[in-house]
Amino acid sequence: MIEGILIGFTTALTFQNILMVMVGCFFGTIIGMLPGLGPMTAIALMIPITYGFDPATGLILMAGVYYGAVFGGSTSSILLNAPGVPGTVATSFDGYPMAQQGKAGKALAIAAWSSFAGGTLSAIYLLFMAPSLSKVSLSFRSPDYFALMILGLTAIAAFSSKGQFLKAMMMVVLGLMLASVGQDSLSDITRFTFNNMNLTDGISFVLVVMATFAMSEALTIILKRNDPTSAAKQVSLTELGSIKINKEERTKMYKTIPRSSVIGFLIGVLPGAGATIASFLAYGMERNVVNDEEKEKFGKGSVNGLSAPETANNAACSGSFVPMLTLGIPGSGTTAVMLGALLGFGVQPGPRLYMTNPEIFWSIIMSMYIGMVILLILNLPLIPYIARILAVPKNYLIPLILFFSITGIYVMSFNNFDIYLMIGIAVVATFMRLYDFPMPPLILAFVLGGLMEENLRRSLLLSNGSWEFLWDRTLTACILLTTILIVVWHIYKTMFKKTKV
Amino acid sequence: MNINTTKVISLLFFIFSAFYLYTAYQIQVFAFDENAPFNARTFPIYLGYTGLFFSGLKIILPDPNTIKVQHKTLEYKKTAILIVIAIIYGATILKVGYFLTTSLFLFSSYYFLGERRWVLMFLLSFPFVAAFMYLLHGVLDIYLRDPFLKLVGVMG
Repeated sequence: MIEGILIGFTTALTFQNILMVMVGCFFGTIIGMLPGLGPMTAIALMIPITYGFDPATGLILMAGVYYGAVFGGSTSSILLNAPGVPGTVATSFDGYPMAQQGKAGKALAIAAWSSFAGGTLSAIYLLFMAPSLSKVSLSFRSPDYFALMILGLTAIAAFSSKGQFLKAMMMVVLGLMLASVGQDSLSDITRFTFNNMNLTDGISFVLVVMATFAMSEALTIILKRNDPTSAAKQVSLTELGSIKINKEERTKMYKTIPRSSVIGFLIGVLPGAGATIASFLAYGMERNVVNDEEKEKFGKGSVNGLSAPETANNAACSGSFVPMLTLGIPGSGTTAVMLGALLGFGVQPGPRLYMTNPEIFWSIIMSMYIGMVILLILNLPLIPYIARILAVPKNYLIPLILFFSITGIYVMSFNNFDIYLMIGIAVVATFMRLYDFPMPPLILAFVLGGLMEENLRRSLLLSNGSWEFLWDRTLTACILLTTILIVVWHIYKTMFKKTKV
Repeated sequence: MNINTTKVISLLFFIFSAFYLYTAYQIQVFAFDENAPFNARTFPIYLGYTGLFFSGLKIILPDPNTIKVQHKTLEYKKTAILIVIAIIYGATILKVGYFLTTSLFLFSSYYFLGERRWVLMFLLSFPFVAAFMYLLHGVLDIYLRDPFLKLVGVMG
């Protein structure tokens, strides 16, 4: 492991990679700060830029964007009460009241330090857990992987759907259907191409991500421009107040950060859970743990109430790398985008990644430490200036997002068809977003589609066409049982609500 | 049963799944693969049935969280214009070239979204695209086809 850490540090500490972390953190912060644009959009917009780099550098850049975007999301939560990302919704509970009391600078500083501490602690957990998890996951066989993928897809549908489980499951199926377009990997038989040569290689992952996130996000912002519920809120950026944290506030943070980082990391490791649930759970737990006097302050600008979700959401970001790097199964929509990018680089994440590509595996982990430090150094003094980005007019922002999306596809294929297809998917996605059909399950399913079919193929061939492989091994059966329980529970909940209504 | 737009979308998804399933059954597989435990059409067939199952459930079961979209407040016109501009951009980018089409796309998008600060609009289109193009083509060595710049002799 020591050798791996050294390899990681050597790779991550090259001038180019440090520069990439800085650039990533900076742009991630800016993009994440803009309400509606989350880490997934930020990473998707970065994909074309990473084409010119080697996999480690490309991934370090994307990881930097990821942390930056999560931190940026906190800024708009605190200043505007408009979370840039769902993971920072809980941040606004106490961050925004603090800003209203003229302590916006302090709130941003608490958020920055908590994010830093949460991210650093979880990077340490990841350092020790990832190799042992890799060893455990080596014992996984095709049926287990197949079952785990179904569980991952069901879990993300359950968690991201806000009570709309069936809609999320429909999006999962749609993602898998889109992934099935093109040549079958084993027999080379074309499927669902309708004799269109442009579809023979399937639909590009970047195209789907750009269309469903960046482009449809931009179209949604324009579409809802006059919607009073989503109208841009104005913020006074002239008075941010001091960014100094006093001793009493620091003492509170020392207690909150360790427990919230553990919760955040563990939730992040679970497939499908991620930063949003982690931050809410940490907020809830903190409220139960503190004394009655502090409890009263929750929702009115509590330091603990701000520090807990901020620590947890950053810890969850690092945690979500565990299933992606060790199992090849992304724990969140954002890591699904990164997994797709990794596959594009020709790197297959999974239990063998840290043996076959130790420089990638360890440099990502090491870049997390560096990323956290840079995020703090870069963002803390720049807070008053970065906050002004929130004033960028949408008239400029939207065309630029569309431009980056279309350029991303154009430089990849030099093909009009892909641009039309992207616009078509974006229009459908925008329409579906209006009716609360979640997009992360679609992306996760699209990324996992090929692997899922591959593992089902192997399992069925090994068992001679019998479905007994689903309950032959205890591990497979347990994973599937959990999946069935999630599905049945959510369908039951929908039916129960009917009788209540 | 309450018919709302979500149910209509679910119904459309149900029809789409049925069409997908029909197409999955039409996938031509090799003769020796026809009775194999797994062939090119196996996974899509399961997907088709799963799509029918979930969309069918969505149609049948009640919708406790009915989404009501305020269509009157939505900016359909500007969104449609932006989509049309994007389509035109896609149609001309290969023939005309990256620089001119992208710059015009940005400039016209700013205009149709209501921007009238001409200098800023210009700066954030032509020079901005030139700088971005330099980053992609010159620094990152990503090839960008541009017949227009080739014609005027700027690009080799």
